[in-house]
Amino acid sequence: MRKSILLLVTGLTAAALVAAPAYAQKTVKIGFITTLSGPNGVIGEYMKNSVDLAVAHLGGKMAGLPVEVIYGDDQMKPDVGKQVADEMVKRHNVNFVSGIIWSNIMMAVAPSVTGAGTFMIGTNAGPSPLAGKGCSELFFTTSWQNDQTPEAMGKYMQDAGLTDVYIMAPNYQAGKDMLSGFKRYFKGKIVDEVYTRLGQTDYQAELSQLRSKNPKAVFVFYPGGMGIQFLKQYSEAGLRGQYPLYSVYTVDEISIPAVKHAALGQLETRYWSPDLKSPANEKYVADYRKTYGKMPVFYGAQSYDGIMLIDSAVRAVKGDLANKKGMIAAMRKANFNSTRGKFSFNTNHFPIQNFYLLKTVAGPAGQDPVMEIQKAVFTNHKDSYAKECPMKW
Amino acid sequence: MNFSARTLILLGFLLLLAAVPALAAAFKEPFYLDLFRRIMIFAIAALSLNLILGYGGMVSFGHAAYLGVGAYAVGILAHHGIHDGFLQWGLAIGASALVALVIGAVSVRTSGIYFIMITLAFTQMLYYLGISIKEYGGDDGLRLAKLSQFGDLVDLSNPTAFYYLVLGLLTLLLLLVQRLVNSRFGMVIRAAKSNEARTRAIGLSPYPYRLAAFVIAGAICGLAGALLVNQTAYLTPDFMNWTRSGELMFMVILGGIGTTAGPLLGAAALLLLEDLLQGWSLLPTWVHRYWQLYLGIILVLVVLFAKRGLAGLLPERKGGKDG
Amino acid sequence: MILVLEQFLNGLQLGVMLFLMAAGLTLVFGIMNLVNLAHGSLYMVGAYLATYVYQSTGSFALGVALGLAGTLVVGVVTELVALRTLYERDHLDQVLATFGLILIFNELIALLWGRSAIYSTLPAYLQDHVELLPGLRYPLFRLLIIMVGLAVAGLLWFVVARTRLGMLIRAGASNRTMVAALGVNIRLLYTLVFGFGAALAGLAGIMAGPIYSVQPGMGELVLIQVFVVIVIGGIGSIRGALAGAVIVGVVDTLGRAFLKPMLATITTPTAADAAGPALASMLIYLLMAVVLALRPEGLFPARA
Repeated sequence: MRKSILLLVTGLTAAALVAAPAYAQKTVKIGFITTLSGPNGVIGEYMKNSVDLAVAHLGGKMAGLPVEVIYGDDQMKPDVGKQVADEMVKRHNVNFVSGIIWSNIMMAVAPSVTGAGTFMIGTNAGPSPLAGKGCSELFFTTSWQNDQTPEAMGKYMQDAGLTDVYIMAPNYQAGKDMLSGFKRYFKGKIVDEVYTRLGQTDYQAELSQLRSKNPKAVFVFYPGGMGIQFLKQYSEAGLRGQYPLYSVYTVDEISIPAVKHAALGQLETRYWSPDLKSPANEKYVADYRKTYGKMPVFYGAQSYDGIMLIDSAVRAVKGDLANKKGMIAAMRKANFNSTRGKFSFNTNHFPIQNFYLLKTVAGPAGQDPVMEIQKAVFTNHKDSYAKECPMKW
Repeated sequence: MNFSARTLILLGFLLLLAAVPALAAAFKEPFYLDLFRRIMIFAIAALSLNLILGYGGMVSFGHAAYLGVGAYAVGILAHHGIHDGFLQWGLAIGASALVALVIGAVSVRTSGIYFIMITLAFTQMLYYLGISIKEYGGDDGLRLAKLSQFGDLVDLSNPTAFYYLVLGLLTLLLLLVQRLVNSRFGMVIRAAKSNEARTRAIGLSPYPYRLAAFVIAGAICGLAGALLVNQTAYLTPDFMNWTRSGELMFMVILGGIGTTAGPLLGAAALLLLEDLLQGWSLLPTWVHRYWQLYLGIILVLVVLFAKRGLAGLLPERKGGKDG
Repeated sequence: MILVLEQFLNGLQLGVMLFLMAAGLTLVFGIMNLVNLAHGSLYMVGAYLATYVYQSTGSFALGVALGLAGTLVVGVVTELVALRTLYERDHLDQVLATFGLILIFNELIALLWGRSAIYSTLPAYLQDHVELLPGLRYPLFRLLIIMVGLAVAGLLWFVVARTRLGMLIRAGASNRTMVAALGVNIRLLYTLVFGFGAALAGLAGIMAGPIYSVQPGMGELVLIQVFVVIVIGGIGSIRGALAGAVIVGVVDTLGRAFLKPMLATITTPTAADAAGPALASMLIYLLMAVVLALRPEGLFPARA
């Protein structure tokens, strides 16, 4: 019995070793890395669905070549993300690596991918080093630079003449970046700047403190489950009517179904919204809802755009995937129908784009609230790190 | 010398590992070089845990902390422009030993569930500490601008050279732990695990021995951390997360606790299993999507029915314990 | 002053929440010597069942009832299928097996309800505020949590100290074989105790669901704090669990609220800004280390 188990184990190990892809057809291979397991796997799901949709819209081909997307799960761990990326580049020989939600994983993966001469098309994380000194001609992103979104909110609140603002975020790098981005444009009085424990579930203590300080407005950054909890508790503490709540990355189409009316009236800034008027977006949103039964979210829109960006480059070089210089030049033109409408790339390959103020309003009868664009806060906004990037073109 | 089947299998495995670079080049699969190097690094971490857990019966849920300490030692020095490998790795080992001494001084006094909990809590403390220090990247982590430099001795940016260095360290440490476990020191640890009252009755206080073992284990794991950060060229506080400790424990038990070959087999099994469950084309999508479910089931089954792990599948040396 | 009072109340409420979780866990530890990492998963199951029933039927009360019953059933089934053999095994095996159970439960929930958080809310009649003191309006539901928690504490004490069942439980903890030899069905007893512990975890989940996020993995977020509570309070002791929970709840809350301003009085504001939140997140672990250094068995260890 023992012997046979031993043989089985040895056999499986050997099989895994040799189970290598052996075909050498001409296909466009894209390795898409995101988080597919654990509590944040839901974000990865939206991204994967959007990538599938994009490939379907392209008829499964780019410049006549069949497209193959290989998905990888980074489990939210940088060393796993790097291993997955390595596997895609070295084992599957992908032409493009794309995706990645989290900044720390992007920082571990992007340099090694571009270092190996492969394109890295980021579709969410936009850490400042990659926008500045660490920029690379092989790195493009279809999302934004992390600071831009809170900068937009800072500008809006500054222009609106608000003062006595209470700001909160979780105590980790992204939290600090969000609040510092906000303060770059908001010059009014900040009543207090509070950092809470990462992953904290109960905000009652902080809400009591907030109430005692009696601010005129509150600005927060609480992604994922933290946002859901904060919003619910804010609402239940009766603070909704008292202090207007502004936020970034706290309310989106993923969290709205979980909080419903507790999010009504919430103001956020973002570069995109499902109701943004552009032909590509209308098609994307309609088809996403039809295929998956849910409202798409910005993570998905970015991933969709990532595939379209790749497609524009492959078509420009007529399928000659070895012509990387040609593809870089093509991508720089941003010559594709983006869900956000027309935009251009900055010297650091980050988009120059608009940022809008979004409000959460009641949806059609019986359905969840939706987010709608109120106005543009920034037009053709450039990120603050482009000047540190040595690339010129 | 009388080699048991277990030792032979272990030697065979090591030889196979030595052949991987050549095989990877032959099959044109350089990825496997990285994969097996990663497996060996975790094997080193697992064998350090096996020392205190497998042989000493100390269920430390906070062992991943030392991976972090070792990694941060290297990362912080590199951040300040110090790239000398000897200095970095020396500090990694030293710092981990020191942290283990401090944590151990408080924890080893306790036993059973208290020990588990307090080691867990210390790890969480270090994790939150790591997240909040902006200077060293906080949650975003630190990128290693240059790998540890060893001058002309070995160039870590050469994947094969790095691979053999890790293999060499692994073999050395396996031997070291073997010696340690079979020495008088090791006997006391194992006796204390077996029957603490009796150990005390013959006049030996387990506390200093256990603490020493704890520190040694921490130091070895710190070295694994230094290796890991060079492998990834990146580190984050996530290295210290308690779920990573759980993974290390999983490796130890999957391989077979209290055995020499166990940690290596366990690390290989777990990491390969994870890779397979997520990506093997022969498995259906519903396995890929919920791979942690199947991993959990396998873990429970192993604990319930295959307690002695993979090494337990191998026959023991006749007339003696432990191979 | 009102603020400090309010924060104390917040701390008490947080503590009571932790107590509901800790009580079940310490019961199982102390009586059956079983380390159950999957306790957080039972909390999650309670939250999901109650939320699902409430959202589908519109009756919060029904949600609570079925949530409790459902978690009890899940707990008992888990005990029968997976945990029985673990009573005899050492802690390592228990830790690993229940760690595996966490993975299984999380993925099963994800399979049934998806990975995103599901919508959970309070019924309208529980959303009110109560004016405890002039200037201190406190959410009704949180007061309810405090009352429920204290009631459960009382109930547990009564059952364990004053009933025959409690006596059997205590006897079984002392000497399992002897009790079995006296004709008591020890297996049934253990299953009942585990089921009870599961129901307590489920109750904690049901109370937490409306105000926290109901998503896969929600148990693990609270689990570590619960372990800290038990270690501080003393394993196997309900009194210890209550004391430990309240202490942890109050210390954590006051730390989050007042540590930074307190630090600002002794160091520069920038240093306080950086150190305050970091220290606040580590505070309960530091507390645990101190308690263990001084009293390794915890504050109120169960009498052996």
